[in-house]
Amino acid sequence: MADRALVSTRKGLFFFRRNGRGWDIASTHFCGTPVTLAFHEPAGGAIYAALRDGHFGPKLHRSDDNGANWIEVATPAFPLDADGKPTLKQVWALAAAKDGTLWAGGIPAGVFKSSDKGASWTFVDSLWGVPDRAKWFGGGYDESGMHSIVCDPRAADHVLVAISSGGVWETRDAGKSWQVRTRGMYATYVPPEQKSDPAIQDPHRMVQCPSEPEVMWVQHHSGVFRSADGGGEWSELHPPVSKFGFAVAAHPGRAGTAWFVPAHSDQRREPVNGHVVVNRTDDGGRTFATLDRGLPHAQAFDLVYRHGLVVDESGERLAMGSTTGGLWFSDDGGESWTMSAARLPPIYAVDFA
Amino acid sequence: MPQVYFTAHLRSVIARSPVEVQGADVRGALLSVFQASPQLKGYVLDERGALRQHVCIFLDGERLANAAALDAPVRRSSEIYVMQALSGG
Repeated sequence: MADRALVSTRKGLFFFRRNGRGWDIASTHFCGTPVTLAFHEPAGGAIYAALRDGHFGPKLHRSDDNGANWIEVATPAFPLDADGKPTLKQVWALAAAKDGTLWAGGIPAGVFKSSDKGASWTFVDSLWGVPDRAKWFGGGYDESGMHSIVCDPRAADHVLVAISSGGVWETRDAGKSWQVRTRGMYATYVPPEQKSDPAIQDPHRMVQCPSEPEVMWVQHHSGVFRSADGGGEWSELHPPVSKFGFAVAAHPGRAGTAWFVPAHSDQRREPVNGHVVVNRTDDGGRTFATLDRGLPHAQAFDLVYRHGLVVDESGERLAMGSTTGGLWFSDDGGESWTMSAARLPPIYAVDFA
Repeated sequence: MPQVYFTAHLRSVIARSPVEVQGADVRGALLSVFQASPQLKGYVLDERGALRQHVCIFLDGERLANAAALDAPVRRSSEIYVMQALSGG
């Protein structure tokens, strides 16, 4: 199991290390600066940290030595002639393809590629050019944002991205062309006749089962969905407690298992009755277990944001961080949780490394 | 020669402050600094060359409106301060 966790917060990046039965801060990085995401590239071992300095713009750093040293690499940027004259506000998604290509998604929801570990970036203008982009709108931020990039472990040219509120898009030719993939999703935040419009769907987070890449899970603004055919068709699931939430994690080896963290509702982004729980399904979403051992049972206002839940390669160890700075770990697939003693800034993302 | 002072928040990308510069306006003054310290540019300007929204510039004691700051003319004796706007919590 992974013994190190990367916790990205509003006031820096924290490396946590397992220490006996608990987890402690082993090192801190970029103190004081918002870190929107840290990504450990499993194949190459590099760690990327996406910073969103409120004054000086988004920045991207890479460490090749487990955080001992960081180098500032290029920040993805929209070209000057991009339609609408966008400027990048933050890097919100990072993923690595089978051939080592690094993909980045941002706010606004541009997608970028790098073949040199972030030293330079190419803007993928084909997705920015789809006519449906005119319908995209902000979900949580003023502009549409790309928070999820799923690279097929079998084929480097095959990538799916998810955009709030701009749908799910698939390319099979490394970004030359894109098809929208939201059939089965619906939206309750638009007039009824537009509820199935692909381009306004608001997936909050999309993940893939690495060992069965056809299986994908989405926590959507209006519900929870699973696809067993690579995004061609999405089936709604009916988790207990609440179908609203942001985070989802997919088991690395079992296509029927995933975890969700329900929140009260769009209007109340907090746990139901102040009680933090995790929903897990082991049968593809037909049934769920609601897990809460070690989690706050009352008076909690923790919201687990999009990238705030992650499972390691064993499928047993999970980390979960909230926007009120709560951090929990589980070693038994979510059955029980241990809270970190650290009182942290708002947590944007967790990853294992 | 005009002088440009940078906020201490930018020490990691511009160690020296103030910097003596050439330039007839704020844009020209900053560009002459960016030539010597190219990494600094992306911290002060966005990818379109506009002053970042939460960076503010004082010229000879006067805070300049963000949209017009880069075009403000500077004198040989001018002092330009590149600061961060205060925000957040």
